[in-house]
Amino acid sequence: MNGTRQYTDFFNDVRDTLYARSCDVMNAQREMALARFESLGFPTRKTERYKYTDAGLDFEPDYGIALSTLTDELPKYCHRICNAPIDVTPYYNSIADRNDAVVCLNTMLSVDTLLVYIPRNTRPEHPIQISNILKGDNDTMVNRRLLVVMEEGAEADIIITDHAVNDSRFLTNQVIEAFASENSHLNIYEIEETHLLCTRYSNVYIHESRNASVRHTSLSLFNGHTRNTCNVQLASEGSEVNLNGCVIADKMQRVDNNTRIEHLVPHCTSNELYKYVLDDSATGAFAGIVYVSEGAQKTSSAMTNANLCATDSARMYTQPMLEIYADDVKCSHGSTVGQLGEDALFYMMQRGIGIDEARLLLKSAFITEVVETIPLEPLRDRLHFQVDKRLRGELSKCEGCKLCK
Amino acid sequence: MAESNDFLHNVADKDYEYGFTTDVDTEIIDKGLSEDVVRLISKKKGEPDWLLEFRLQAYRYWVEQKQPEWGHLNMPEIDYQDISYYADPTKSGNSGKSGEIDPELMKTFDKLGIPLEERMALAGTAVDAVMDSVSVKTTFRDKLREMGIIFMSISEAVREHPDLVREYLGSVVPYRDNYFAALNSAVFSDGSFVYIPKGVRCPMELSTYFRINARGTGQFERTLIVCDDDGYVSYLEGCTAPMRDENQLHAAIVEIVVKENAEVKYSTVQNWYPGDKNGKGGVLNLVTKRGHLRGANSRLSWTQVETGSAITWKYPSCVLSGDNSQAEFYSVAVTNNFQQADTGTKMIHIGRNTKSTIISKGISAGRSQNSYRGLVKVASSAQGARNYSSCDSLLLGSKCGAHTFPYMDVKNSSAIVEHEATTSKISEEQLFYCQQRGINTEDAVSLIVNGYAKDVINKLPMEFAVEAQKLLGVSLEGAVG
Repeated sequence: MNGTRQYTDFFNDVRDTLYARSCDVMNAQREMALARFESLGFPTRKTERYKYTDAGLDFEPDYGIALSTLTDELPKYCHRICNAPIDVTPYYNSIADRNDAVVCLNTMLSVDTLLVYIPRNTRPEHPIQISNILKGDNDTMVNRRLLVVMEEGAEADIIITDHAVNDSRFLTNQVIEAFASENSHLNIYEIEETHLLCTRYSNVYIHESRNASVRHTSLSLFNGHTRNTCNVQLASEGSEVNLNGCVIADKMQRVDNNTRIEHLVPHCTSNELYKYVLDDSATGAFAGIVYVSEGAQKTSSAMTNANLCATDSARMYTQPMLEIYADDVKCSHGSTVGQLGEDALFYMMQRGIGIDEARLLLKSAFITEVVETIPLEPLRDRLHFQVDKRLRGELSKCEGCKLCK
Repeated sequence: MAESNDFLHNVADKDYEYGFTTDVDTEIIDKGLSEDVVRLISKKKGEPDWLLEFRLQAYRYWVEQKQPEWGHLNMPEIDYQDISYYADPTKSGNSGKSGEIDPELMKTFDKLGIPLEERMALAGTAVDAVMDSVSVKTTFRDKLREMGIIFMSISEAVREHPDLVREYLGSVVPYRDNYFAALNSAVFSDGSFVYIPKGVRCPMELSTYFRINARGTGQFERTLIVCDDDGYVSYLEGCTAPMRDENQLHAAIVEIVVKENAEVKYSTVQNWYPGDKNGKGGVLNLVTKRGHLRGANSRLSWTQVETGSAITWKYPSCVLSGDNSQAEFYSVAVTNNFQQADTGTKMIHIGRNTKSTIISKGISAGRSQNSYRGLVKVASSAQGARNYSSCDSLLLGSKCGAHTFPYMDVKNSSAIVEHEATTSKISEEQLFYCQQRGINTEDAVSLIVNGYAKDVINKLPMEFAVEAQKLLGVSLEGAVG
């Protein structure tokens, strides 16, 4: 396939530079990743998990590939993987899916990895914010890698934001691996506010040990094409995971969220809530699977996906799935696609609220359910504000931008 | 508790009730599949050229295809050359005069509770009895004929009403639809043909009883139901097979055409041989069923009780093209031992204000795997489409699996699509409540399961509902304890 060819050729061209700039932990995986990538090729829509996103098409354009490294001066708890305070070999690329060509591509081409390491029983004073700013006059592809290691009893909030400052096309391929040890608490928030020409592939892998709890919240406020996956292994008893997400999409935007939660042992809990508001010709997709393996008794799992389609050209694909091999479980999922309630709209109009404002209020209330799940108060307030602005079409990002006018 | 377990095991070891074989001379063609076999089947049935051409086209298409593997099933490999594609038990030497049925066959159907003598029949049900590849007898034909209703085997319909058959055959499920549809289109043998003329309400339940008897054969029946404007028909289908160590293939097609204001109810109680306790043998039930709601205000409802078959892979579907058309799907799928089921429905909304309801209840026990897979698709033309789906799974035993794979594709802003599903085991509170009142575990479970499946069983015609309820009991006995 032509698409994979340009990446393997590029890899062969810059192999030496890559190896020189990076370190052993990462270099050790490259050739394997290359071999897997070549044999797999980009997934087509015939691959079940890529049913709603054509990866081949997204990776086809000729992007310049950035090979920059992180600076050495990083805030507390953050490290370049080359200067890691711990041995990261058991972690790096250990839970990422080796059968996903997009992940392999990242393993092949990532130059540096940001390691967030929270030692035993530590709680950073402030949340850790990682801002990814896409900048460049030419079309650029970025391979990003993040590794989070939480030791026993550690707690952390990590906020990851995506921005683009130029009108160029950007392609981001991100892989996050997070390990939550016993009794640790990890909150990851991902907020995407880029522009219509940005394509984002994000693959998140989370591994939880005994009594760990992880919350992953993904907010796609503005984007071009986005494909997020979140894969969680509940590998020890008493662990808990909450996956929440909201999507606001209009124009030709496309957002595909794909989640997989594996209950491998008894007494684990998972909750999922994803909400979409689709306008204009936006396409939304949600596919979530909860897998309960044999013997994983007393599993409790709930999945909800609710969607608003505001126009006839907006499309929503939803696929909430359960795969269960244990009997003493409580698993449920619910999914709806609908539109704003006529009664509610009428009620507000009766009271002198214009139709546009009424619609806005309802949409905002719909999304609020997801934002409200965020425990971090300042972030929650900020997001309420952002969501409201986004729905009004006045996102701060939009000022001075000519892209979609 | 130990005592009740003993009791349970006794019942569980009970054999499949319909597992006997009938000893009749059956004309079986040689095993294998080729263009010649397709021609031979067509010749044996004395078919016109257009039908042979249809079969050949399907065969040529099938040869190019590969068997799909996306089902959540662990399928034994099927050797398509090791199956005989035509077996005719009516060609025995015993029946001297034509038109007379071999007494052995009569006995078989009597034993199955399907009397072929009209005077003995249950009031209000006309039966088309199909054994292996041939329809043995269709009852009440003449009475129905008076009202203009055509109810006969499809082979006869090809001879007597070629225009009707030609118009509708393959119009709902084209031979290119899928691998098994292509196979069936190439080699299909008997099945029923029903035509309800304009404005006629069929006064009795029509029913087809399918029986696989001969060894080493597969059954490829084809059913076609056409209900013209303002018509109504309720159609039942039942099936059984003898116990054999080998897997037998059953790949059928059911096509239903529903026109303006017409209503069709299609009910199935599927009780093919499920294989033994160790998962050996059993019928592979790979069926394509689809209804096309062509007219405005048309209605179609599928009701199925699936208790048999080693593997069930089928999705009775509805294409709602007519405005205001309504479709329903009610299903209870029970799997025990090593049975596997991947079943559900597809609702394709095309017309305006179309409505569909899906109620699916899965019950898995033993080491079985039970999956619901469904698609609700709303085209952009389907203004005001409405769908409600609910699929619940009940797990009895820690070795079984229950899975749900619903797909929803919505392309219209005025559509409302809802899906909900739960998976759980029988609630301890409910069990405890029953036991407190002196109902033993076995009866309590049966009570709860029947209550759970009630939504679906209530939709079945009376006689079937009774049978289905009994089947539920038998299929699950031994699963609790």
